[in-house]
Amino acid sequence: MSCEPWQCAEIAATKKANVIQKPEIAVAMMKRAQHPILIVGSNVTERWMDGKQAIEYIIEFANASKIPVVATAHMVGEFVKRGYTPAAYWNAMEISQRVCDPTWMGLDGKGHPDLVIYVGMPYYMEALILSGLKHFAPDLKTMTLDNMYHVHASWSFPNASLEEWAANLKVLTSKYSGGQ
Amino acid sequence: MTDKNVHVKIDEMKTNAGLVKNLELSIGKVINDNYTEEPMGPTPMPSITTLRDWDMKLLTKYKPFYMPDCDSCCLCTFGKCDLTAGKRGACGLDIAAQSSRIVMIAASIGSACHTAHSRHLVNHLIEKYGRRYPIDVGGLNVKVEAPVSRLVTGIKPATLGDLDDILTYTEEEITQILATAHTGQEANPLDFESKAFHIGMIDHVGMEVGDIAQISVFGYPKADPEAPLIKLGIASVDRTKPVVMCIGHNVVPSVGIIDYAKENKIDERIEVVGLCCTAHDMSRYYTRARIVGPISWEIRFIRAGLADVVVLDEQCIRTDVAEEAAKVNTPVIAASEKNCVGFKNRTNDSTDSIVEDLVTGKVPGVLVLDPEKVGEVAVRVAMKMAPIRKRKNVLPTAEEVVAIAKTCTQCKACQRNCPQDYFIPAAMKAAAAGDLSKLEEIYEVCIGCLRCESACPQKIKIHSLIVKAGEKSMQCEDNLCRSGRGAVSDVEIRSVGGPLVLGEIPGIVAIVGCSNYPKGGKDVYDIAREFASRRYIVALSGCSAMSAGSYRNKDGQTLYEEFPGGFEAGGVLNVGSCVSNSHIAGAAIKVANIFAKRPLRGNYEEIADYVHNRIGAVGLAWGAYSQKAASIAAGFWRLGVPVVVGPHGSKYRRMLLGRKEDPENWNVIDARTGETVNVGPSPEHLFNVAETKEECIVQIAKLCMRPNDTWKGRSGKLSHYIDLHKRYMGVMPNDIHLYVRTMADVPITMKDEITQVLQANNWKESIIPDPTLLPRMVRKMK
Repeated sequence: MSCEPWQCAEIAATKKANVIQKPEIAVAMMKRAQHPILIVGSNVTERWMDGKQAIEYIIEFANASKIPVVATAHMVGEFVKRGYTPAAYWNAMEISQRVCDPTWMGLDGKGHPDLVIYVGMPYYMEALILSGLKHFAPDLKTMTLDNMYHVHASWSFPNASLEEWAANLKVLTSKYSGGQ
Repeated sequence: MTDKNVHVKIDEMKTNAGLVKNLELSIGKVINDNYTEEPMGPTPMPSITTLRDWDMKLLTKYKPFYMPDCDSCCLCTFGKCDLTAGKRGACGLDIAAQSSRIVMIAASIGSACHTAHSRHLVNHLIEKYGRRYPIDVGGLNVKVEAPVSRLVTGIKPATLGDLDDILTYTEEEITQILATAHTGQEANPLDFESKAFHIGMIDHVGMEVGDIAQISVFGYPKADPEAPLIKLGIASVDRTKPVVMCIGHNVVPSVGIIDYAKENKIDERIEVVGLCCTAHDMSRYYTRARIVGPISWEIRFIRAGLADVVVLDEQCIRTDVAEEAAKVNTPVIAASEKNCVGFKNRTNDSTDSIVEDLVTGKVPGVLVLDPEKVGEVAVRVAMKMAPIRKRKNVLPTAEEVVAIAKTCTQCKACQRNCPQDYFIPAAMKAAAAGDLSKLEEIYEVCIGCLRCESACPQKIKIHSLIVKAGEKSMQCEDNLCRSGRGAVSDVEIRSVGGPLVLGEIPGIVAIVGCSNYPKGGKDVYDIAREFASRRYIVALSGCSAMSAGSYRNKDGQTLYEEFPGGFEAGGVLNVGSCVSNSHIAGAAIKVANIFAKRPLRGNYEEIADYVHNRIGAVGLAWGAYSQKAASIAAGFWRLGVPVVVGPHGSKYRRMLLGRKEDPENWNVIDARTGETVNVGPSPEHLFNVAETKEECIVQIAKLCMRPNDTWKGRSGKLSHYIDLHKRYMGVMPNDIHLYVRTMADVPITMKDEITQVLQANNWKESIIPDPTLLPRMVRKMK
């Protein structure tokens, strides 16, 4: 798939995301990060792949990777319902404003996140948030696990089908010990 | 109050002092400030910097969080300039200033739009009825007739001429603000934000003037909680009669249509229907008018062949309406200077010739700038066209939908261009196999933007397929919307002022804005019903008021039948069209003035300080869409009223967020003692996005808390917040300790679980102050 923004009117930016060609590359970057966080939006209960909702793939990944999860919108209840307790829940703007602030010491107070991973927000909204971080937190690395190319992230997967997305998420999970 | 253009000419005058010959004296305006009941406050007719200090107080609490939609600036020929991540443009501007500049420009466009609308109304009505025509928005029940205008300008308007003077002030401010967007002017993001607040405040004045003028002259409901229920939806239209469809916001041409039909006693023989805010204002004038729906339904009704003539006035009209109407042989009359549609100006031609040309199809449309002539032409054309058109439409048959769907190549261009990212390809695939249910589901939530069609390489009329699949639902749209009631009466304010300020009525939820909803209008109904059931005051306007009336409860009642229409606990009121939004801000201002006896005229800071700290009002633009929604929101920001937007509202590209964990953000001054008191994050934000309906409901409940809440009021508000949080978020909120000031605040039924939370967070009791952000409000320093 080409590396164009998923929504066509999201015009190209002067600084564009690096394309994650293989999930293994994303895993390598995640493993290198000292304080990564994964911010999960409301579309993860709207997308189905092989009879499973995207949130279930995310839970499997979070359990394997141990990356702390921040649930946005009303997703905290959806996680808890499925037996997974996220590290925190915030409004999408509230958490993004904090990761934009270099003095914020993270969810556990031990250090500002050095890698912020987004997945599952409405595309246009996630695009704008990533733009905000690109401009106002230029040292922060951002990544998206969506199956839609996000031009404003530091790293993004290219546009892909739901089936390819499921496959990518499974590979990501499998690269951590205990992941299937 | 004011006299304009005084001109005195003396040819010859003999006095003791001497002889005066050929004296001419011209005075642009004389202000006779003879209103003595209330002294003038410190800031009448504020300039663009008069209230800057107040703005900075708010902007210190609520910091901008920018999300640029574009990395570059292309507003001058030095550029494009790449402003990414700290780079500056050729003029020196950085991305923060550019982002705030865009916010200010958007709000200026919105403000100019409302003000120009009001200017047209006022000029038209003065020309017809004279400057001395008295204003009347509610008879004896409304003594504070123009709270926003009085607050900002200091003028207490009594006549249409006074409204003209107020508009003159707003027009100057819009010009001044817009000038600051020029290259090499304002440079600081917070100064741009302050100016956005200013233009928002001006917008509310402009809106108020327009609505006061039309309420006074056209005999709309005047602060009437029992304003008539108006039929809403396509099924409410008698399609055996000729149909005149009016689209836009400015009621003047519609009044021409209705008057002509009534004068010629043919009003029973035609249907006059409206889309968007014109529909509200038509129905305030004429209860037989039908509201067929919000802005997003324009194309579905035209393609379905409903209209025998389309009349366009101004604002939020799809710019391809004329092309769409031509496909179903529907003539179009453009009736506004602001929206000429490329048609020839036929204002000075004979009515017969215009009608003839439209009916024979010689021209697809005309520009007519005389509202009376529009009235006659529209009615005559509709009556002649109805038997010719025979409801011609361009919707395919169900069989054709299947055949057309088979030509879809599943390229996904439709989905990638859909603002909602709907799974249109999957729906097309199902349709190709004979299953239209997925297309029908999209009908329920589609915002009718047609971007899917524009993108389709196969040129499939996707929207027509969607509308055909949803045709059964469309034919059942027969609901009710309460006619716009206009202002909130002084009597109502007196009744609710105390309970509101003390927190016993948990809040005012103002649901405004357009129909760019993330998942359809049902969300608006659900949100409104949730809060009305909890005895909040729910005020609606514009397309949101229509969407809220488009659904029924299990007993078959619409929201407007289920709940009373008063400004009262559990009331659901439709204030009216876009310009009626000013009445919602006006109601909050009137609480400060009428209930708390705070002086109103030219006293902006004090009143805003009161509203911000004491009145638990929250604005919601769930389907935010236009620049007008931006300016309406900006007017609420300056009053310190938080605004929530749906996910599409993120495209306003800037939030105003508080940081609840930073205690210094939440200090107020206790006006009793002058001491600084921490009151917690109440309200937490001034402008924020809610990603889902569930989150939105919880966020609104939280944002209704105010420092002034009594323990009883706070206990009730906390009870709603916790209950809604548990229900919609699935867990207890994790910030309760920030909102409990004394143990009396804790809802009695939740005492055990809250006590545990308080202990876990090392909570300490604090006092409930007489809160203010203005040192001059301190009565006695301790």
